Amino acid sequence: MAFVNPKKKEVQVKIVYYGPGRGGKTTNLEYIYQKFNNRIKTEMVTIKTHGDRTLFFDFLPFDIGKVNGYDVKIQLYTVPGQVKYNATRRLVLRGVDGIVFVADAMAVRREKNILSLKNLQENLANYKKSVFKVPIVLQYNKVDLAEQGIPLLPLETLNKDLNSRLKTASFPASALTGTNVVATMKKIISMTMASIINELK
Amino acid sequence: MSYTLGQEQLDGIEEILQRDLIDVGVRCVFLIDMAGNIIANRDNGKIKHDVYSLAALAAGNFGAVSAMAKIIGEGEFSLLFHKGKKENIHFNKIITEFLLITIFSNDISLGFLRLKVNETVEKIKQILESVQAS
Ligand SMILES: Nc1nc2c(ncn2[C@@H]2O[C@H](COP(=O)(O)OP(=O)(O)O)[C@@H](O)[C@H]2O)c(=O)[nH]1
Ligand SMILES: [Mg+2]
Repeated sequence: MAFVNPKKKEVQVKIVYYGPGRGGKTTNLEYIYQKFNNRIKTEMVTIKTHGDRTLFFDFLPFDIGKVNGYDVKIQLYTVPGQVKYNATRRLVLRGVDGIVFVADAMAVRREKNILSLKNLQENLANYKKSVFKVPIVLQYNKVDLAEQGIPLLPLETLNKDLNSRLKTASFPASALTGTNVVATMKKIISMTMASIINELK
Repeated sequence: MSYTLGQEQLDGIEEILQRDLIDVGVRCVFLIDMAGNIIANRDNGKIKHDVYSLAALAAGNFGAVSAMAKIIGEGEFSLLFHKGKKENIHFNKIITEFLLITIFSNDISLGFLRLKVNETVEKIKQILESVQAS
């Protein structure tokens, strides 16, 4: 839950990148970190295993300037996607304000995407939150792989599997090349801010 | 959804952190919530830590230890202490949603620190509870 500090005129907002392991959540944050390195004054925090897999979370604070006179500090987090890390995944979701669900567009990952979205729903329920109420954006990642002839899920399939009930914004993207990474982030920030802006007065 | 504390409460909390902890030699103290938001922070002016990253890691760390407590059948560990060669970190839970984190060097004994932290926690608890009740 966002914290509004009337004394410092500051709002802290928590956005979590969720999705199956190896889908590209960490790569999204790495791209944002590089792209905006002039605006991000601190190091990106990552807690990972020797094999470079996210063990707990990645964390990137991102200042977007003023909204209604308040300094808005966006805190971007990723969760560890591997199934066995559910306990830590759930911890990262605590107090979440907005979610980017990073799906892996590779055809072989279809089942993993669906299971991960279901897992998100269960973990949110743990905090009495609903995937239908929290601001959420879908990202269909790795579309660059089409060029290499790797079979991808058609957008209709991804929408049918993941977005038929959510009916939210979705972006085909490539975290590796940066396609739609910033667009995804901007969308979730604006949706999340819209949900709290009335409380800034 | 968001939540807030009034200017008066925040002033009160900062004053307590300053007087009861910083003025007695603690280097840096911050009050955070379990989502990793910083509610208030104070330091002795000599150090500049990346407080937002510290808050995110502290909330994660405390959350992980609390989950471990549940697994072994302990309700919770209400405080944690990490000892370094020169710097130490102490975590203390306040009500269910907040954490007080102090960073202090070896010039201060752990016993004294705990005493001061306990006093601080009691005072801050009253402020936070009055807000929750209202
Ligand atoms: N081709 C391609 N590879 C990607 C893309 N995004 C991530 N990857 C690769 O997929 C692997 C897993 O990415 P990572 O960000 O660690 O996934 P996470 O587990 O969701 O954090 C890494 O080898 C990335 O380089 C993408 O858009 N296109
Ligand atoms: Mg990762």
